[in-house]
Amino acid sequence: MVVFDKPHALTDAPMHYCPGCTHGIVHRLVAEVIDELGIEGRTIGVAPVGCSVMAYNYFNCDMIEAAHGRAPAVATGVKRADPENHVVFTYQGDGDLASIGMAETVHSAARNENITVIFINNAIYGMTGGQMAPTSLPGQVTQTSPYGRDVNHCGYPVKVCEMLSKLDGPEYLERVTVNNVKNIKNAKKAIKKAFQNQLDGKGFSLVEVVSSCPTNWGMTPKQALEWIDEKMIPYYPLGVYKDRSAEKEEA
Amino acid sequence: MAKLTFKTDNCKGCGLCVDACPKQVLALAQDKINKKGHHPVEAVNIEACIGCAFCATMCPDCIIKVER
Repeated sequence: MVVFDKPHALTDAPMHYCPGCTHGIVHRLVAEVIDELGIEGRTIGVAPVGCSVMAYNYFNCDMIEAAHGRAPAVATGVKRADPENHVVFTYQGDGDLASIGMAETVHSAARNENITVIFINNAIYGMTGGQMAPTSLPGQVTQTSPYGRDVNHCGYPVKVCEMLSKLDGPEYLERVTVNNVKNIKNAKKAIKKAFQNQLDGKGFSLVEVVSSCPTNWGMTPKQALEWIDEKMIPYYPLGVYKDRSAEKEEA
Repeated sequence: MAKLTFKTDNCKGCGLCVDACPKQVLALAQDKINKKGHHPVEAVNIEACIGCAFCATMCPDCIIKVER
């Protein structure tokens, strides 16, 4: 009996990510959800700019490459072109979604656009070599903050889930992480719910995945996963930030 | 006893599977180098494997197939 194998929605292409990068885990979770919901033939993914810029090589469904930060805008167009049949997801990093693409993110959430957004938050710009991102923690050492992020000079990190939860628009916002087996299972549940919401026509669902960047954090893969527990999660608490359907049921 | 199959040439030697295994079944092969130039993972104690698939769940590169 096969207990575990590569999901069909992932291609056989070897991933270009650094050793121990959690992008691969999240790619697999998305692919598993696509398999389980049986939507591979009608799913269209939108790849971002960042480390996951070549995500289109790794998913067997149709993929589009968006301009930097504009993935939710592209996804809006694809979804509205055929809302009955298209299942649209974007896969974005923190430099893409929380920096240059903030306007697209906020407005697609405010419009409650019926798309699924997977947001990888690793608190650094990975692809360009480890510069400070909008989500870098206070005091975090990066290439452009060698003495640690000084909040008096550089401001405070953007907490995307908390910020969007104040809007009336979005349907579902949850923050998860993938630093151990239990958290990976929870992350998969959240991603599945985000896709199911879209199939049910409920609207904008965003899953923020707190991820690691061992290369640019200057750690081994194991240390990076521990650092998520020690530093990232206290600043970015896990949990459901908005679930409008559940709120309605309670009321 | 479960059966593990590795796509050894795709392994990047990150060791996340080694840490995830509750039975210390896996280790990085220090005497081998794969096509990518990493020390790939191998099963050194397969008799202890319970087929929980924790290793495959942690693997970022989806190189492990678990059967039991």
